[in-house]
Amino acid sequence: MTIAPKPSFVLSRRHLLGIEGLSQQDISGLLDLSEEFVELNRQVEKKRTSLRGRTQINLFFEVSTRTQASFELAGKRLGADVMNMSTSSSSMRKGETLIDTAITLNAMHPDIIVVRHHASGAVELLARKIDCSVINAGDGSHEHPTQALLDALTIRRNKGHIDGLLVAICGDILHSRVARSNIILLNAMGARVRVVAPSTLLPPGIERFGVEVARDMREGLADADIVMMLRLQRERMNGSYVPSMSEYFHYYGLDEKKLAYAKPGAMVMHPGPMNRGVEIDSLVADGAQSLIREQVEMGVAVRMAVLEALSRNLPNA
Amino acid sequence: MMLSDRRPILLANARIVDPSRGLDIVGDLLIAEGTIREAKKGIGAAGVPEGTDVIDCRGKLVAPGLIDMRAFIGEPGEASRETLASASQAAAAGGVTTIICQPDTSPAIDNPATVDFVLRRARDNAIVHVHPMAAITKGLEGKEMTEIGLLKAAGAVAFTDGAKSVINAQVMRRALTYAGDFDAMIVHHTEDPNLIGDGVMNEGEFAARLGLLGIPKAAETVMLERDIRLVALAGGRYHAASVTCADTLEVLRRAKDAGLNVTASASINHVTLNENDIGPYRTFLKLAPPLRAEDDRKALVEAIGTGLIDVVMSDHNPQDVETKRLPFAEAAPGAIGLETMLTAGLRLVHGGEVDLMTLLRAMSTRPAELLGLPGGTLRSGAPADVIVVDVELPWVLDPNELKSKCKNTPFDEARLTGRVVRTIVSGRTVYEYV
Repeated sequence: MTIAPKPSFVLSRRHLLGIEGLSQQDISGLLDLSEEFVELNRQVEKKRTSLRGRTQINLFFEVSTRTQASFELAGKRLGADVMNMSTSSSSMRKGETLIDTAITLNAMHPDIIVVRHHASGAVELLARKIDCSVINAGDGSHEHPTQALLDALTIRRNKGHIDGLLVAICGDILHSRVARSNIILLNAMGARVRVVAPSTLLPPGIERFGVEVARDMREGLADADIVMMLRLQRERMNGSYVPSMSEYFHYYGLDEKKLAYAKPGAMVMHPGPMNRGVEIDSLVADGAQSLIREQVEMGVAVRMAVLEALSRNLPNA
Repeated sequence: MMLSDRRPILLANARIVDPSRGLDIVGDLLIAEGTIREAKKGIGAAGVPEGTDVIDCRGKLVAPGLIDMRAFIGEPGEASRETLASASQAAAAGGVTTIICQPDTSPAIDNPATVDFVLRRARDNAIVHVHPMAAITKGLEGKEMTEIGLLKAAGAVAFTDGAKSVINAQVMRRALTYAGDFDAMIVHHTEDPNLIGDGVMNEGEFAARLGLLGIPKAAETVMLERDIRLVALAGGRYHAASVTCADTLEVLRRAKDAGLNVTASASINHVTLNENDIGPYRTFLKLAPPLRAEDDRKALVEAIGTGLIDVVMSDHNPQDVETKRLPFAEAAPGAIGLETMLTAGLRLVHGGEVDLMTLLRAMSTRPAELLGLPGGTLRSGAPADVIVVDVELPWVLDPNELKSKCKNTPFDEARLTGRVVRTIVSGRTVYEYV
């Protein structure tokens, strides 16, 4: 069986720096394209040639296992030459600035650079200094667009649609780029979004994002179709936001009892990596309502779709 | 410079605005031997001393030279950022005839010898007047009081820990009490560092959308409230170095109404820009304290009009490329401003938000009064620190033309209306725009 992607869809931009600014058509187009790659990835022969001859650099200033692996696999399956650079091996450790790194890499004529950085706005800063396409693989607490797209794909495949669903995003909203990208995407696609967190982990001004805000899980999960848990970002917690992991789990950790507050059959998601026993109980994470493993599968397909869509805009494409 | 180098100057047919006495006339201003002789109609027609340089200023504004109450200069120790010479060139081009430099240098200006060093360096290299503020605490560490008496005698015009706040209330109380004996003014950066935390911009929706941690307005009001209580306890003259938000103005209002000797400055950035100007992480607009919301900006402008805010200063803070071309959270705060404070302020005048007299008062007369300096006036006998301004001249700011060593201006490529065309310091023209 051969699956040829529809060449009709074009993402009318050079970079994917965030969900902000994407139209509903852009998002739907990317999700449709992703569906084709889901099918492809389930074949024995997974290889495409649309990025043949292209160079993709994965530039990770912050450690990541799944996102980096996912982008690497996506690029390779589309035929690109993929190079991985991470802080542990790069000159960033020797004090080279982000801009210098960007200029150096630019001189090597890559076609696509995938960037993760610990500071909000860093990917946009880098994109301004680079001639090729840039994909944001997560910048600080700002955006993580491919995560939101893979979450949307997962939801759409399981529920058949996104509009009208009630999605509860729970946990460390303050530090979460996943939450920001998801809120923007889900709103654009017509879902109802509710954020659930202790007030110390909610960014001031969140109520102006077009979301409902809840401070406890019973109220927060009521009628939810999707319960999206976030990782408690202990490495970003410079200061006391919650008193202890055990108190946090007691009030906000998703266990079977709290999941029962949601709609029967509500699906559970988590962007990973999980802190089991902190924000999510293993029984739920591995349970029948969990979509967590499927999210990982969708990740590769979505990243292939993004690479494919952006490559259609590259010179000589 | 010899006095004999200076020919008399007649600035003829100008609009003369002198906020020190509410004067706004069309007339002539005569300068001789480094001082202002007089300002009135018809001096030129009545005859001027032989050799007088008569400059036609028809359609232009003549006003007292500006006194910038808060500028960070890199001497001693950080001359790559700015020297007294380069700062003074920038100042002259911006109509600033007196720079009040801040003590957070390396080493800090916290002893009489360093005050003396700065004054000597300025005398030899600067083309405008320079007066340092000295530190409140040794090494700006917030622990031990400096030699306030000796520093003042050496030439420190006020006392501040620069961009640092004195956290220890006991230290602040003692400094206020002791400084009071010398009639020395304490100028304080009112930001509680613990409430700032990891924050990098104004707290609120915009910070949340950018994924940046916010700085609450309370970081400012909490510190100012504390200080006001301490002033009530200790007496002394107190000046809030850089106020940014409407909430703070209430605190100030109460302090002034209670008769406390409390005054305040706002930076030109905070009265002309707001947090939205940060746009896509523009680090040149990362400031400390941070830019606030438009409502706050409007409240500040109104407070300049009522006099609740006494002074508008540049908060000049040169930062080079290495400290600014970074992700927003990692970039150093600060913007240059000596060269643009007046032209930026004229935006408020052209926009009808502030009248010219009020703006000039906040940038010249009030700082002179607060610091006990002789400038800020066009009265006969005053030092001839005078500027000529073409208020209507449109121009676009090209950062490469700025005289400052660093180019971190928030008005990068901005369209501006009005610029200084001549700056006179002690009767000598030090800058001319042709």
